[in-house]
Amino acid sequence: MIQVKVIDREDKEHILDAPTDMNLNLMDLCKAGELPVEGTCGGMALCSTCHVYVNSKHNLQPATEAEEDMMDQAFFVEENSRLGCQIKLSIDLDGLEVKLAPQAD
Amino acid sequence: MIKTDILIVGAGPVGLFTVFEAGLLKMHCHLIDSLPQPGGQLTEIYPKKPIYDIPGYPKILAGDLVKNLMEQAKPFNPGFTLGERAETVEHSRDNSFLVTTNRGTKLQAPVLVIAGGLGCFEPRKPPISNISEFEDNGVEYIIKDPEYYRNKKVIIAGGGDSALDWTIFLADIAEELTLVHRRSQFRGALDSVEKVKMLNLEGKVKLLTESQVVGLNGNGKLDEVVVKHGKEGELTMKTDHFIPLFGLSPKLGPVANWGLNIDKNAIEVNTLDYSTNVPGVFAIGDINTYPGKLNLILCGFHEAALMVQSAFKIINPEKKLPFKYTTVTGVEGFAEE
Repeated sequence: MIQVKVIDREDKEHILDAPTDMNLNLMDLCKAGELPVEGTCGGMALCSTCHVYVNSKHNLQPATEAEEDMMDQAFFVEENSRLGCQIKLSIDLDGLEVKLAPQAD
Repeated sequence: MIKTDILIVGAGPVGLFTVFEAGLLKMHCHLIDSLPQPGGQLTEIYPKKPIYDIPGYPKILAGDLVKNLMEQAKPFNPGFTLGERAETVEHSRDNSFLVTTNRGTKLQAPVLVIAGGLGCFEPRKPPISNISEFEDNGVEYIIKDPEYYRNKKVIIAGGGDSALDWTIFLADIAEELTLVHRRSQFRGALDSVEKVKMLNLEGKVKLLTESQVVGLNGNGKLDEVVVKHGKEGELTMKTDHFIPLFGLSPKLGPVANWGLNIDKNAIEVNTLDYSTNVPGVFAIGDINTYPGKLNLILCGFHEAALMVQSAFKIINPEKKLPFKYTTVTGVEGFAEE
């Protein structure tokens, strides 16, 4: 089990406990925690409704070409932007801190 | 006016399978979809991706599943109105539903089935606060007629195939053409990327990479865009047109205004037959919600099979419906009309 801090769009902090043996990604975790993350495409990096900014200095897997492609169609993209569905929750991500990106229309 | 037994809004997998299930009960179907081709998200978003939870198929590509569903529906001659969005519904006096599309096509049926999935696919609009002021006054999300841009100053934003293709196409038409893209790499087809780079070297296309359009200025008509460059800050450019090409995303759309009970962007239904609060209107697949709902294609198929039983009773109030297996009866299609 690890802990992840998610800051929602109203700047409220949520500490979520995440099991690491269920093949969960950050989008799954946010949805399970009833945070306002739509995850429309179900985790295929084909929409950008799980767009987050990674605040902590964790060593994440670099974005795949598919994720970068989707980011090209997203808005409010910053240096630390990632798609939550592409962040697999593993033991080394304990203490991860992310902020939900603004919802695009 | 198109008349049928069951009017299906949405030509995705669940809408297509409805044609088959309805056909077994001798009911005709007509489908409407805002996309130009059938298949819904499977065709539009992930045609080349495998699906592993269709019963009987250990693995099938989304595009192939749509192809198979089309074949399965074919004996029942479904009608299609594609590339049009079902806009309004009127309940007429003879207890049928009259649907009008955004292009004015009128369709009528005693049963209306909403199998709209995630909703209608619409262009993603950049979050620039005053963008709606300039829509059709310099901002276009879809290029209808390239000639419209002849000898005009045009700025395209985006990094995918459509942004690249239109940049190549408009290079010889527009007076001045700029492509703005978030990264320095492009994800489009390799030869399109090469061509755009060539056009850039030839001075026909200006490339602004690591940049995003963040503002629009003008008085009723677009006059300037503000571009933010990763390192160099903001610059303002004169333009006649701004064409953001960021792909499509689904929106619930006009269905929201049809008087149906909606909870979190989904239509509430009774799991007995997936009927909505309006008698004669059903909702199946990803667009509906009920306790325990799962957004799976296989659940949508199940919903379609149950729903047509109630549709039959509405269409044939005098008839009793015997239950039959296709293995026994075979599939008896409709004669070509």
